[in-house]
Amino acid sequence: MSEPRHRLMDYVREEIMPHRFCVGCGCGTILNVFTHAVAEIDLDPARMVCVSGIGCSSWIPSPYFKADTLHTTHGRPIAFATGVKVMRPDLKVVVIAGDGDVSGIGGNHLIHAARRNIGLSVFMVNNGIYGMTGGQVAPTTPEDVKTSTTPHGNIEPPFKVADLVMAAGASYVARWTTYHVFQLRRAMEHALNKEGFSFIEIVSQCPDYFGRRVGLRTGVDFLQKFKGQSVRVKKAETMTEEELADKIVVGQLCDRDRPEFSSRLHRVTAEQVELIKKERAG
Amino acid sequence: MPDKKRVLMQGNHACVAGAIYAGMRFYAGYPITPSTEVAEGCARRLPEIGGRFIQMEDEIGSIAAVIGASVAGLKSMTATSGPGYSLMVENIGYAYMTETPCVIINVQRGGPSTGLPTKVSQSDTMQARWGTHGDYTAIAVAPSSVAETVTETIRAFNLSERFRTPVTLLLDEVIGHMREIITLPEPGECEVVERVKPTCPPEQFIPFEMTESLVNPMPAYGEGYRNVITGLTHDTMGFTTNKPVEIAPKLDKLRNKIMRHVDEITRLRTEFIDDAEILFISYGSVARAAFQAAKIAREAGAKVGAIQLQSIWPFPDKELMELCARCRKVIVGELNMGQVAIEVERVLPRDTEVHTLLRYDGEILTPMQLLEKLDEVL
Repeated sequence: MSEPRHRLMDYVREEIMPHRFCVGCGCGTILNVFTHAVAEIDLDPARMVCVSGIGCSSWIPSPYFKADTLHTTHGRPIAFATGVKVMRPDLKVVVIAGDGDVSGIGGNHLIHAARRNIGLSVFMVNNGIYGMTGGQVAPTTPEDVKTSTTPHGNIEPPFKVADLVMAAGASYVARWTTYHVFQLRRAMEHALNKEGFSFIEIVSQCPDYFGRRVGLRTGVDFLQKFKGQSVRVKKAETMTEEELADKIVVGQLCDRDRPEFSSRLHRVTAEQVELIKKERAG
Repeated sequence: MPDKKRVLMQGNHACVAGAIYAGMRFYAGYPITPSTEVAEGCARRLPEIGGRFIQMEDEIGSIAAVIGASVAGLKSMTATSGPGYSLMVENIGYAYMTETPCVIINVQRGGPSTGLPTKVSQSDTMQARWGTHGDYTAIAVAPSSVAETVTETIRAFNLSERFRTPVTLLLDEVIGHMREIITLPEPGECEVVERVKPTCPPEQFIPFEMTESLVNPMPAYGEGYRNVITGLTHDTMGFTTNKPVEIAPKLDKLRNKIMRHVDEITRLRTEFIDDAEILFISYGSVARAAFQAAKIAREAGAKVGAIQLQSIWPFPDKELMELCARCRKVIVGELNMGQVAIEVERVLPRDTEVHTLLRYDGEILTPMQLLEKLDEVL
């Protein structure tokens, strides 16, 4: 008797499984949660385009998730996705990439996509380190952490990427961790259904290259830490900056309806075409 | 028959006309002198015909969006000048590797760096060939008039779709900004090549199969093929590979799909070459001066001809060798330090003298300067 096939296997490229993520890495969890979210809201993967950049988490959609996938250059997935979305606003366009990709090298594309409020869902996997290259400091690495390129401790304050994206004008912004799988799934469902730019910062773990620097050797160590560090948005509003220093503020940062870019662009085009037709007829 | 529509048009606007004729429906770009009029023209024209224009946050984003729109199934382009092209080259390499058609217009100005924003140059000729890292084969075409800009832009799109590769249209500031009266082609007058799409069901589709032609059908995203595209070196299914037996064939494919068809890609314009003993070789704005110089020299009885390279990459080795077989001397004129001249030296037999007239001070080469050079080498 053959083993029963999991219903979600239709959503992944089975032919290249098992995946290559390290033991305890958060990327497997996020692929799992993402796949559940897509199934839960009944999205057809054949009508989805998943765009990613360079880094461990960019492998979540490409090659593992079985939609049309575009594995692009480092830092540029949002810009590639912009071209796809503008020409095919009927497709669900999702970007999954890391903190170094999205907020480091690709930070400019991130803030401009949020400002335009183009209908992309961007899920940024924030493990606080450049993992694929072996553990260098990232724009999201906490202060004082020693990495291979900050051997004397990180002297730069980390980016609060979700807050940045909210300030830039996105329709929906949330932050969760890999500990909060159910909340994350619901946030992903909401983000995927949102018309404008939606963004989730997913605080994730890299036991191999970040954990070894901070004494967290396993994925479970990280999840327990995330659990203890997390503070809900509402509660965080009552806390001082000092109190929040080593906390992760989780929850929904904003959910608002603003005009979406590709449909506005479509309107300009449709109006122009009508105008020209009338002129020709007149 | 009514008269064909004659218009006074600038080279940069001729790019827009040619691109729209070829079916371009997506433009993403970032303003830069001396190419900005291409963006302005697209911003005005594309919405009128159901296309889309975006001004992106930089040139890196522009070419990325162009490639994104191309995988979504649309003919797409961007225009820029040297500094912007420099920013684009990584993603142009992505288009080579993923075999994604797109057209990049480079209206050349002086460099390096910010250089001479408003002055003419042809110093990005080698960049169009070797701009991005790695081994690949590039296609670049270079018109020398406004009328040719229309037809060569159409051809750039045709080559791009035919070979599934990015194509660079090398204008220079003079061609981009000069105005000439031209006749725009009627619908159906110029060939327009459309992308070949797969006809087999998705489960049988092998996206990068090694076929006879080496050019694969390309599905658009959203057509149900659930295609995987990556800039990493990939196997015939599109999956990342580290296997030597798959790596070299992929790179061979990128080269051979173009190099087997150099004859089809090459386009040269020639004047007075049949009995010529000395030939001018040039392209872009310099070719205009070279044809004029050859005409004047002929009138004075000298056996002088001229060749214009309308396509520069892949370099027309065979054609140039044949055309120059009977001449003793050539004069390569270009607005750089000799980027095409070294190719000519490589191609021609050792006993053919290769002389150069090179200008890189932001000014054009005139027929008189070419004639002076001719006197010098006679």
